Formats: sequence, structure tokens, C-alpha cells
Amino acid sequence: MNVHEFQAKQLFAQFGVPVPRGKEITSPEAGASWAAELNTPVFVVKAQIHAGGRGKAGGVKITKDKAAVPGLVKELLGKTLITHQTGPKGREVRRLLIEEGAAIVKELYVSLLVDRDSGWPVFIASTEGGMEIEEVAAHRPEKIIREAVDPAVGFQPYNGRNVAFALGLPAMEPAVVNPFIQMLGNLYRLFMEKNAAMVEINPLVITGDKKLIALDGKVSFDDNALFRHADVQQMRDLNEEDPLEIEAGESNLNYIKLDGNIACMVNGAGLAMATMDVIKLAGSEPANFLDVGGGATKETVAAGFRILLKDPNVKGIFINIFGGIVRCERIAHGVIEAAKEVKINVPLVVRLQGTNADEGRKLLAESGLKLEVANDLWEAAQKIVKLTGKAA
Amino acid sequence: MVGEGGRREEIVSILVNKNTRVVVQGITGKEGSFHAIQCKAYGTQVVAGVTPGKAGQEVEGIPVFNTVRDAVKKTQCDTSLIFVPPPFCADAILEAADAGVKLIICITEGIPVNDMVKVKRALRGKDVRLIGPNCPGVITVDEAKIGIMPGFIHKKGVVGVVSRSGTLTYEAVHQLSTLGLGETTCVGIGGDPVNGTGFVDVLALFEKDPETQAIVMIGEIGGDAEEKAAEFIKKNVTKPVVSFIAGITAPPGRRMGHAGAIISGGKGTAAEKMKTLEAAGVRVVKNPAEIGNEVKKSLGR
Repeated sequence: MNVHEFQAKQLFAQFGVPVPRGKEITSPEAGASWAAELNTPVFVVKAQIHAGGRGKAGGVKITKDKAAVPGLVKELLGKTLITHQTGPKGREVRRLLIEEGAAIVKELYVSLLVDRDSGWPVFIASTEGGMEIEEVAAHRPEKIIREAVDPAVGFQPYNGRNVAFALGLPAMEPAVVNPFIQMLGNLYRLFMEKNAAMVEINPLVITGDKKLIALDGKVSFDDNALFRHADVQQMRDLNEEDPLEIEAGESNLNYIKLDGNIACMVNGAGLAMATMDVIKLAGSEPANFLDVGGGATKETVAAGFRILLKDPNVKGIFINIFGGIVRCERIAHGVIEAAKEVKINVPLVVRLQGTNADEGRKLLAESGLKLEVANDLWEAAQKIVKLTGKAA
Repeated sequence: MVGEGGRREEIVSILVNKNTRVVVQGITGKEGSFHAIQCKAYGTQVVAGVTPGKAGQEVEGIPVFNTVRDAVKKTQCDTSLIFVPPPFCADAILEAADAGVKLIICITEGIPVNDMVKVKRALRGKDVRLIGPNCPGVITVDEAKIGIMPGFIHKKGVVGVVSRSGTLTYEAVHQLSTLGLGETTCVGIGGDPVNGTGFVDVLALFEKDPETQAIVMIGEIGGDAEEKAAEFIKKNVTKPVVSFIAGITAPPGRRMGHAGAIISGGKGTAAEKMKTLEAAGVRVVKNPAEIGNEVKKSLGR
């Protein structure tokens, strides 16, 4: 789960990571009164959406004039920002962060995530703050510093010293070395205590008055650990998510909307990805990822159909079930029952394999439903692509 | 290597065999009891179950204990199969390790990553192997099924299968069985970002296993386990390896069902993995329906 910058900064503040004074704003009036209270030489008005690249897209405004703040709020609220991370449709701005500006002397980069290979949390730091870290990693890998933290003992001051010296911080500004080490410890605590998936500060700045400040912040959370954190759950902003994906989540379906025309419904995540891949190999594009899980029932199949058919791009549906514990005849019943409730007005190919597959296929063939039954994966993929009018 | 071969010299297989003595943690739950019975029906020696506070009960003749320690003491079980719900699962894995179980197979999906970080660290250097979590388990055909895979699709044969996925593995196994090639052992290493045993460990076991003539490795987007495997194969594996990587159509930045299946920062794409594996001499198939045929070709059949 992702959260907004202002929420990430609230968490930073809570864990002792220094941030600019700022506040979430959703109206020009609130903007005006916060600007009066903030009373700073430079005001920064930042659009809050779950996507990077806001600055380049015009989502960040800076002014020295307190009176100009409400106007900037009006300009940004309701605006649709298109960045490299939003897709072509962009994202509507519904909230802003207004904070004090900082006199930047130096920009650094710091993040923390779990290294999958070792299973240890790893700090990534660089003197090249304010840039895309992937770019730095690709072109100047020597500028990337990695420091693994032993989870058995947690963050130790030496971890912080290793990073600080490798960055050349003492030569840059001796006054920030100790606060920096402390800050890394605080980030580690935040990361572990809140079950974050990633914490990123880019840029972390050294200011003219020799202070460290997290000028931008990003935190994402491990979905599997949200049950432990009611406070984090409350930070979820449904406006930032696809409505069909929200609906699918409510039915315990794992759905991701894509841009193609052939919808698919599959049991198991790996097989679901493989099914998307064969749709492409057969000459078309998948409209979605949909894993109905191990316990697919009539209800889940029906919910799946409803979601798939709400996508106007869908020209055909491919159901691919490998029955293991899930029995194919049950899936067949599910499809037949669901088809009665949900009007399916596009071609449908059902491929059943595994436990009781013959029985399931027979049920479908005798159901009178307008659908094609298939035995093999490749045969099924070619069938659905052909039925939707694209040559394989 | 821990868990390899079993205690009796004459039995050839990796990780598990008909002498493996299994304790099922979470046996009185819906999933746990269903699969304990299924495993037993396949011929696996399911000798004990554990649910705290339910000692004295039985599940289809399998005695239930309060702790893994009690189960080990009374039944000499050496392998644990875990169905404990995610919030309590890290604890269950650590309990099994502490009780002296040598092989832990964890089926549970949805364990917090940071819990697994602590578990993996705690198991380091100990004489215990963890498979999973978020995996279908391990089956050595006609010897032992310790997991949730449907036993009947398997057929005794010559191909070792290792995979990050569940149903996609069944798909590959179905092809191998239908073509008459059959399998030796199938190992699901799981779809989580932090897991116990990786591709490399299992590949090493298959390379040494005299029964295994070819290896199928099923990967997916996310992480660099496949790249690490490619490096290992190039140096250490003489048997043919056929691989499919799921997710060539997966968009970056989205988690595709499995917690570990995500392309982040441009890393972990299927295309990159396929390229690296091909360069290591692996036979990479783009079409998952071709896995069986490619294995057949690789064996000159």
C-alpha cells in the first residue's frame, strides 16, 4: 500500500526524522489560513498524488508571496497531472501539501528496503540526491552506497558511520554527521515497527543553517502486515486506486487492470501471468490479471465476470483453470450459474484441466451456454484470439 | 546438505521420501486437516499434528500435540508441514526449528515480509532447511507428498521440477506426465520475496540426484533468483534445464498476485531473466504450453 507524501512526512516526524513544517490542504481558504500561520520566506505548494514526477508535470509551485498561496491552491486542486508514473490518463489532484521552503546546500538520497537475496534490510544512499535513483544506479553505480543491517540486532551506530563516511559527509558538513546517523536509526525503526516495504527520502537536504531535512518522502507498506497497523490502514486513499481493483479486492479477488482486449480469469498467480503471456503469444493483448485463488466458487466466478465485463475494452473472456484442490466440475457449475446472473455478451473460452476436468467440460458442453471448451492451454488461447477477430 | 536423501542409504530422492515422518502444524484447521488427510492418503507418513491446546485429539487417526517439541519426542517426526495462519506463522516456523525438525515446508500465504526477515536470520547456520512460504510444497512421486499439490497428476519419471508458482507447476507437471516423461521430485519454493530454500539449492540437489535426468525451472518476474540460478547452472549443472518465466506481459510496479512478483525500478523483468538464462545454456520456452515438449527434445526423445 502506498501513501501520500504528507502522510509519509507525518510518520517521519513521529519517528524523529526531520521534515519541513507543512500541512495537508484541500481548499483555498484552508491554504490561506495555513500560509498565515506558517509565515515563512518561501512557500511550497505540492500536489499529492501516488506518483512520482510531479515537479516536471507542474504539480509543485513555489512562491515567496503569502497572498499568492490561495491562488496556487485553486490552480492545482482538481487539475489532472500526467507524469511518467500516472499513465496517459493522469491523476486528479485532490489534496495538497503546503510547507516551508528550505535553503538547499546539498541534496542526498537515502532509502531502506529488504534485499530479497540475503533477506536483510538494506540502506541505499547516494550523494546524487534529487535524481531518479535507477538512473544513478545505471550510469554511475559507484555513486550508490549499500549498507545491510543485521536484523538479529537491528540498526547499530556503525551502520550509520559506514554510510556517513562512504558519502563523504564529514567533509561536506561535519555538523550533520551525528544527526544523520541518528536519522538512519530512526528510519530503521519506522521501517520495522510499521512493516514498511520501502522508505525513501529523495532528496534529503543539508540546509544553509547546517540542518538535515527530508524534503520529499515516500513510504510504502507491506500489504500482508496491514492487519497490525490500524493507523496505516486509515491512510489508504481509495481515490488513488482503480475502482475495478477496489471492487475485486472486496470480493477477495486479485485483479489488475491492463490495456488489452482479452480478459482472463485464472486460479493461481503464476498460471494467471502465464495465461496473459499466451494471450500475447497468440496475437492479442491481455485486458487484466485475475487470480480467483484456490477456493474458487460460483460467487467468486460471478464476481469475476462482473468485474471483467465492466471494462469496456474487453472483447472476449478466457477462463483457465487447472483443478488441483479446486474441482473442475465445481468451476463449471460456477460458470453456468454465474452466466445466468451476469449477461455475457462477448465470446467465452473455458479451458479446464486437472481434477475432474472431463466432468467439467461435459457440463459446460451440455449447458447450452454460448462458449467454447478447450483442453489445452495453447489451443484455448488461439481459440479466444480467433473469436475476437484477431489472427493468431 | 540437510534433508537430502533421508536416513536410509538405499532410497534415492531429494528432500523427502517414504521414510520421511511428517508433523502438520495447524492440523485442526480447515486447510490443515484436509491436506493432512490427502497427504496421508498419498502414502506419506503423517505421524503427528500440532495445535496448541488440542493435545489428545486425533485427525483421522493422526495424534494431535500441543507443541512441536512434544510431537518430536513422541513420534520422531523429522519434517514439518505448516498451515498456520499468517500472523502466527513465523512463530510456528521458529518453533519447528527449535524442536529439532530438519525440514520445514511452509504453505501459508501472506506472512509479513519483516517476519520472514527475522525467521531467515534466526535459521541461519542451523541444521534445518525451510521450503516456502507461500508454496505448494514438495512431492517425490510415489514416495511422499508433503504439500497441497494434486497427487494424481504426477507420474514417476526422470524430470525434477522447481518453481516459484503453484498451479503453473501443475500445468508443467501435467505436460511431463502426459508425454510419458514423468517427474522425480517437484519443489515449490514459493512466491514470497523472502523465502527459505532458493532455486540454486534445489538445482544442486537435482544435479546430484541420479534419478533426475532433466530439470524444469519455472520462474516469474521480480527479484533476481533466476539470475542467480543462471550463474549457478552455467558453472555447476550438466543436466538439461528447461525454463519458463511468467510475466512477460506484466506491467512494471504492480504486484502480480504473489508478494514477490513485481518489477521494481526496471529490475526483475521476464525478458531480462530469459536472456540471462539463455546465455547460461538454459532452454527457455516463451510458451508455457511447450515446457513438456522442450524437455522431451532436451532428452533426445
